[in-house]
Amino acid sequence: MAGMLELTALAAHEAIAAGDLDAAEYAEAWAAAAAGDELGVYLWRSGDGGGEAIAVEQPSTAPIAVKDIFCTEGVPTTAASRILEGYRPPYTATAVRRLLEAGAPILGKTNMDEFAMGSSNENSAYGPVLNPWDRGRVPGGSSGGSAAAVAGGLAPWAIGTDTGGSIRQPAALCGIVGLKPTYGAISRYGMIAFASSLDQCGPLTRTVADAALLLGILQGRDPCDSTSVGLERAPQLPTREDLSGLRFAVPAELAQDGVEAGVREVFEATLAKIEALGGEIAEVPLPHAEHGISAYYVIAPAEASSNLARYDGVRYGMREPADDLVTMYETTRAEGFGPEVKRRIMLGTYALSSGYYDAYYGRAQQVRTKIAADYEAAFGEFDFVVTPTSPSVAFGLGEKTDDPLAMYLNDFFTVPMSLAGIPAISIPAGLAQPDGGGPELPVGFQIAAPAFAEQDLLEAAHALERAIDFEAVAGPHRPWNGGGGAGG
Amino acid sequence: MIEREQVLHVAKLSRLRLSEEEVERMAGELSGILEHVDRIAALDLDGVPPTSHVVELENVLRPDEPRPSWPREKILAPAPEPVDGAFRVPSPQADA
Repeated sequence: MAGMLELTALAAHEAIAAGDLDAAEYAEAWAAAAAGDELGVYLWRSGDGGGEAIAVEQPSTAPIAVKDIFCTEGVPTTAASRILEGYRPPYTATAVRRLLEAGAPILGKTNMDEFAMGSSNENSAYGPVLNPWDRGRVPGGSSGGSAAAVAGGLAPWAIGTDTGGSIRQPAALCGIVGLKPTYGAISRYGMIAFASSLDQCGPLTRTVADAALLLGILQGRDPCDSTSVGLERAPQLPTREDLSGLRFAVPAELAQDGVEAGVREVFEATLAKIEALGGEIAEVPLPHAEHGISAYYVIAPAEASSNLARYDGVRYGMREPADDLVTMYETTRAEGFGPEVKRRIMLGTYALSSGYYDAYYGRAQQVRTKIAADYEAAFGEFDFVVTPTSPSVAFGLGEKTDDPLAMYLNDFFTVPMSLAGIPAISIPAGLAQPDGGGPELPVGFQIAAPAFAEQDLLEAAHALERAIDFEAVAGPHRPWNGGGGAGG
Repeated sequence: MIEREQVLHVAKLSRLRLSEEEVERMAGELSGILEHVDRIAALDLDGVPPTSHVVELENVLRPDEPRPSWPREKILAPAPEPVDGAFRVPSPQADA
């Protein structure tokens, strides 16, 4: 079939089922595309070998790129950290297992911020990922490799993980769809832990319908993850074309400072499209959401400092030889972890240490309660809460690496939903120049819904996606259509 | 403001050996981040229960049935220094 790489994953899935597309041939075409990676997207590709334990004999749907945070039996799994260099896990994560069972061949493992800590993909021990729209810019993070793979025509769809925005923000910066499901919708078994009360697997796709199809494959209760509950009903492909009768809340406090003019413009234009589709829009107070960053950057590092204690050079990964045990631990961790991971371990350990626990960790957990309560109140009146996904379009490589707090503030709009555990989706809403000028780059529009309301979320996002028609707005510039973006 | 002594103390708790340069930089960076975090100190949170987890689950149970465990060699395969069916580590004594 000519032009098969232009098909959405859903279109390919349906063509395979109808017998119009040879699944193996299609998968091979994608493997060839992945082999041409110039963006630093892949850390391992199926063509590199060693993937026998995760091979799919009879493909029956589109092949997929998997963030390198998911354990894959026999296949290098590093979480983009030096400390796990060469690690080949003895088992496969449940999310990946479900993909294999659905007949989706694994194209490769994607680059990411080390242990999913970052918003630019510059924290990988194996080099940054480049944004396919402009190779001088970041793809966002931490699932930057998965987002750039889909946007750059190196995979039809991908999975990533989102702890405070790590699916939604790179999806926004790369002009694709990213869905963070409700906490508990998808099993975390075999997903290398960063902050266990926040980590959630989810799809990065070209369209909302692709995301619905992928969510259907991934979701479900898993006896290996007692916090996984799955969705009550299997997600259906969205069909909704209008938004009449639906109420959209814009948080009064979030629409203030720090948002680029171009991002704000696209956001306002998207609100107008919601109204044109019959949706109602009103401001709602979410007074604690602005404290999301403060709470998140205590809670996530605290959990990380505990989760990452396991990397001690004893059972897997690298070891720095030493004469005594404690020196071995300390030097292995010093050599194996990158600067951002060390920073978060230190921050988390400090927040949990004697004398500071109540002031930081205890209070952050109380703020978390307040943030969740704000959403609950909003959802009493509204169906959805909408914001820009990211305060800016993709920024330049190296632009924020020297200022950790500036980097953290990228997560301003995505962190509150993670703390509340609710689902949120980012869809490409238009193009805008960065403040100070530059190329036109994608802007994401974020929609959040009540816990387990994934179907409603997908339906609304689908209707809005049709009205935005990003393909028409950005089609010729879309990297996967050969636009290549600016720079090179 | 995080002092140098606190950085060293937390590094020790974290089992991280930091270079002199890292200690300096960490003191400044942690101070900056915590200054931002300190905004939550001003909130009235009296009586607000903490949230450690968003899914309300209690006692997720499974049948207590015997089943095979992981084969030892499979678990030892990724170890840096496996020996005689075990993980080898340097002596803990030398630290004393």
